[in-house]
Amino acid sequence: MGDELLIKNGRVIDPANKINRKCDVLIADEKFVEVGRVKKSVANVIDATGKLVVPGLIDIHVHFREPGDEEEETIASGSAAAVAGGFTSVVCMPNTTPPIEDETDVEYVHRKARKARKTHVYTMGSITKGREGVELAEMGFMSQAGAVGFTDDGSGVQDASVMLRALKYAQMFNVVIAQHCQDDKIAGKGVMNSGYYSTILGLPGLDPLAEEAMLWRDIQLVKKIKAGTVRYHAQHISTAGSVELIRAAKKLGLPVTCEVTPHHLLLTEKCCAEYDTNYKVNPPLRTEKDIEALKEAIADGLVDALVTDHAPHLQSEKELEFLAAPFGLIGLECALPLYIKSLVEPGILDWPGLIRLMAEKPAKIIGVDKGTMSKGKQADVTIIDPNAEYKIDVNTFRSKSKNCPYNSWTVKGRVEKTIVGGEIRFSAESCPP
Amino acid sequence: MAEKGKTKEFKWQRKHLLGLRELTAEEITYILDTAQGFEEISARAVKKAPPLRGKLVVNLFFEDSTRTRNSFALAANRLSADVVEFTKKDSSVSKGETLLDTARNLEAMGIDIVVIRHNAGGAPTLLSKYINACVVNAGDGYCEHPTQGLLDVFTIRKRKGSLKGLKIAIVGDISHSRVARSDMWAMTKLGAEVTFVGPPTLMPPKVEQLPVKISYSLDDVIEKVDVINMLRIQFERLGGNPFPSVREYSHYFGLTVERMKRAKPDILVMHPGPINRGLEIESEVADGKNSVILQQVTNGVTVRMAVLFLVNQAAAEKQAEAQNG
Repeated sequence: MGDELLIKNGRVIDPANKINRKCDVLIADEKFVEVGRVKKSVANVIDATGKLVVPGLIDIHVHFREPGDEEEETIASGSAAAVAGGFTSVVCMPNTTPPIEDETDVEYVHRKARKARKTHVYTMGSITKGREGVELAEMGFMSQAGAVGFTDDGSGVQDASVMLRALKYAQMFNVVIAQHCQDDKIAGKGVMNSGYYSTILGLPGLDPLAEEAMLWRDIQLVKKIKAGTVRYHAQHISTAGSVELIRAAKKLGLPVTCEVTPHHLLLTEKCCAEYDTNYKVNPPLRTEKDIEALKEAIADGLVDALVTDHAPHLQSEKELEFLAAPFGLIGLECALPLYIKSLVEPGILDWPGLIRLMAEKPAKIIGVDKGTMSKGKQADVTIIDPNAEYKIDVNTFRSKSKNCPYNSWTVKGRVEKTIVGGEIRFSAESCPP
Repeated sequence: MAEKGKTKEFKWQRKHLLGLRELTAEEITYILDTAQGFEEISARAVKKAPPLRGKLVVNLFFEDSTRTRNSFALAANRLSADVVEFTKKDSSVSKGETLLDTARNLEAMGIDIVVIRHNAGGAPTLLSKYINACVVNAGDGYCEHPTQGLLDVFTIRKRKGSLKGLKIAIVGDISHSRVARSDMWAMTKLGAEVTFVGPPTLMPPKVEQLPVKISYSLDDVIEKVDVINMLRIQFERLGGNPFPSVREYSHYFGLTVERMKRAKPDILVMHPGPINRGLEIESEVADGKNSVILQQVTNGVTVRMAVLFLVNQAAAEKQAEAQNG
């Protein structure tokens, strides 16, 4: 046996194996060897008494801005932020400059990630060349190079015939096609949720209908696709109407999954009232009613993944007029406590339920063999102190950007250690928060 | 200065005028009373008073404007301030200096008051957070145009005595109108009942949550109102095709001589200008006996004098407080 690592006395939560009890986890040769009472004495021991030991968290929606906008984030800085947030795997969106649209681009991301040596970095490829929504990108070659799905995220594929072609073509590769649902014609030049606040703030609104119209359309397209060949994933759904569409699609047994972000569970359009651009995000912050619907969807098991949509931007860009500032906020380093606040504390999810949506199911969506602590699997583990209470401080973030609206929020739940392939890649002791 | 009796105890505290939504009825009344006191200056042979002597006002205009810009310049001049004109038609960030950098540069030149017009709602709020000078909103996107709102209620108050209980129609492109919004806040806070009139395609989202009534028919409201404010159709803002043709729009929402026959005899006809004659309002009505359109322009200078005076005074007091610990 090579390097061994024993995590002792933690409460191990591995929903896939129905484990939720105090026990030990033995890791050797980068893999899980045993979850249970381990008697063996091992040189490297982590005492996890009072801590939660869970399969490494997986965020299937991040923007690391490389190539093109390295001043905002790099794969290295984003990876450091990821492990600090407890994420052992992330999926980069392909809307870089230039976009990820062929196998060389995919390999570039992987090469940068290996060099960073923090978290596993996967990437999706663009559905269409240049993310222009016209011609299909080389999905086959990108799949072979390791792309874990396809999306034109940042925008939706506007032309229904192109989207149908993408879904059909993707049947060869058994991959996920993910969509940022937004009908650009309805969306217009909107910069925040269309409603009372957009009206009194004098800002163009993004109608919930822009999201729902495309989601409805896509679900009709998915019905045309042979079962078991391709999966459809609705990214960052934000409205009560979208929840109803997902509910109906799942009832029909369609291969449709969806994800939700922390900001759509914690913040509303009202946050934009002072024109603070840290609240400018797309899809926009909606209303209390939408938050309630999303929480209900999570409680009902309709949501498959909790993500961050980590979207770094320079402070100088965020200091622009609300109309001109870019969309997006960062979330990797505070997502876990925010999900605890929005879902675990109010009793919408229990801990196994949370871990299922932050590890087990996201892995399934992108089709990687992760998200569990089954024997023989690569040993990605996150150790959490569920009781640590502290204030979020953006100045401690590893991310290159600071566009985070949660600064100085008091939260509970801290990532203590992040273990990737059996190696400790982040430790709260050595890196004070 | 010349404040009126009933608001004697009141003390103006704001060094910025960003919008009327955040003001109380008392604050609005105080500005109007202050303006009333300044009217006399404009009637003098030497149209000047000293309160802003040595102060520097910048007209920072990112959108076309003749009327508002000149009105602010005149107001500043009559209070003896120096005025710098800074017009920047292209405010798009991709092509140069950001708004904050522009403002910081101006501040480095020692300005006291920035009068800003900008195509982005909230631009004055953004400035107020980052610079020390007073910020006066001269129109931001379709959020607010507070001095227009103030001059409108000033004009109405002058003619009708009070706004309490008055029925007021605001007609046109409500959706893209900062004037409609500022008017709504000021008029409703002062006790008037406001009806927005226009086609549904020119109503903003959730308009029913605003403190107004809504009508899609000018014919339904024309007989009932004491004041009618005809908004300019701003083709540059419309976008898309919210109504099929100018002809059809005028048919339903134009203030014609014919429609005026059914109005109250003492109705006040207002328009923020510039007028599209024959489109939203017929010439005979615009120039007719019920029209107060030019008085609005006169009152604009007076009201802006009051605003510049008050924000400057509040800034001076805040500075004095800070120095005294």
